[in-house]
Amino acid sequence: MAFTPDDWSAIRLTLILASLVTALLLLVGTPIAWWLARSKSRWRGPIGAVVSLPLVLPPTVLGFYLLVAMGPDGPVGHLSQMLGLGLLPFHFSGLVVASVLYSMPFVVQPIRNAFEAIGERPLEVALCLRARPVDAFFSVALPLARPGLLIATILGFSHTLGEFGVVLMIGGNIPGKTRVLSMQIYNHVEALEYTQAHWLAGGLLAFSFVVLLSLFLFDPKRRVF
Amino acid sequence: MIRAKFELSFPGFSLQAALDIPARGVTALFGPSGSGKTMLLRCIAGLEHPVDGYLEVNGETWQDESKSIFLPTHQRSLGYVFQEASLFPHMSVRRNLEYGYARTPAAERKVAWNHAVDLLEIGPLLQRATDRLSGGERQRIAIARAVLASPGLLLMDEPLAALDNLRKREILPFLERLHQELAIPVLYVSHQIDEVTRLADQLVLLDAGRIIASGPLAETLARLDLPTAQDEDAGVVIEARAAAHDTRYHLTRLDFSGGGIYVAHSALALGQDVRLRIQARDVSLALAEHQDTSILNRFPATVMEFAGTNNPANVMVRLDAAGTPLLARLTRRSQHQLDLAVGRRVWVQVKTVALME
Repeated sequence: MAFTPDDWSAIRLTLILASLVTALLLLVGTPIAWWLARSKSRWRGPIGAVVSLPLVLPPTVLGFYLLVAMGPDGPVGHLSQMLGLGLLPFHFSGLVVASVLYSMPFVVQPIRNAFEAIGERPLEVALCLRARPVDAFFSVALPLARPGLLIATILGFSHTLGEFGVVLMIGGNIPGKTRVLSMQIYNHVEALEYTQAHWLAGGLLAFSFVVLLSLFLFDPKRRVF
Repeated sequence: MIRAKFELSFPGFSLQAALDIPARGVTALFGPSGSGKTMLLRCIAGLEHPVDGYLEVNGETWQDESKSIFLPTHQRSLGYVFQEASLFPHMSVRRNLEYGYARTPAAERKVAWNHAVDLLEIGPLLQRATDRLSGGERQRIAIARAVLASPGLLLMDEPLAALDNLRKREILPFLERLHQELAIPVLYVSHQIDEVTRLADQLVLLDAGRIIASGPLAETLARLDLPTAQDEDAGVVIEARAAAHDTRYHLTRLDFSGGGIYVAHSALALGQDVRLRIQARDVSLALAEHQDTSILNRFPATVMEFAGTNNPANVMVRLDAAGTPLLARLTRRSQHQLDLAVGRRVWVQVKTVALME
């Protein structure tokens, strides 16, 4: 057997985390992308930059600030304790929050580009055909942005799958709770279990390749990387 | 009635328009590009929100900034046909048509599905994808889609501008039929005078964001104080009625208030109303009736007014033929030789008449 029970546990946890984070990101990221694509507010630049920050920020830096913010003395920590959720670091819920922030730009950017590419006209046409703005969004804007949504889903999922730095900072390495795939690979290498590390690393490599290839096959003209 | 008053400014452009037109038939918004025609249409549709605005359509207030009323676009009973057909690319032709139709409450449906489909002859296209259509077909579908939402006012923004001349001729008859069969008032933006003379009943002239004239088409086109009179293609439209067919010479006689006009034989039913266009450059004047000329169409008229043209050699003359205004472009030399003056009775000779049909 190639995978140990610990490996399987890490794989399961990682898949649950990535799926949950992707779903949350599509829910949260789509309105943000819509706002960034269409708002004329002067806050558009700063907020766009904040959303994109994880693209350039070292994951450990992000993880460090999240650890402080979600800790017992941090603002998020106060809030989560007040709501009876306890403290988020070193819990799966902390990983979810951190991953949502960390993978945000990978989801928001493709959706924003798709919304911008649609332009105003199709929505104006819908409004002139008696569609309410919300109706126009769901019946015209969202279907037309489908390629962008698909790319966002794939990028958000695969990016969450491989994160290491942020998890290390706020999640630790707790088996079954916060020990994700990249952690497990690190543990194997630490223990000089190279065969085990190869199986997991090779699996991730193959997965990533298939994802990028499928993106290309889906739309050869669109360059996402 | 459509009563509108908008004030709107962008860097480099401002619109200050007050409009008062009957909400029936076709009203053309005519002017050079950049004159604010499209902006005016967008304000009426509620796609632009002028800070200072008032709009009343068919007795309903759509906008009144003094009372903070601004009806959002989807609550205004209007249809909008854009310059490009703008069909929804993710829907079939049928679903495009259904979009507005399905969102119209059954009680408000004035246009039947089959009527619109037959009128624009798009039955065979219903199952097609939108990228498998010609430009003319796309625009016909866009028009049908707008009409199927049973609008109380149809806004058309140069719907033919993106088409070549052949496709334009293909669409024009549909627009005329639309006009005749559906009692939907139309605001039609154009910078093509031939489209305007063919379709419009009312004419609104715009220039640099201002409305410079507004009135019935024939009357407005005959005004010498407007830029339309300076146009190379300046001319008038005449409402006439098919009176007789001359089988021997293959001609049809059309009667108007000033007399009869012969055109090449046309398959018109006798008694049918038609619109004619006579361009000022095709009209010449004589002091007496000339029998010895090949020009067939001659009738008496009175000189009403003169105006200079961009070309100093020419002069524009407005005439009255028993209540029908006409324009003639002459050289100043001819004017002096004939000693033309206001009030003078003359014979009008018309070389070319275009039947708008």
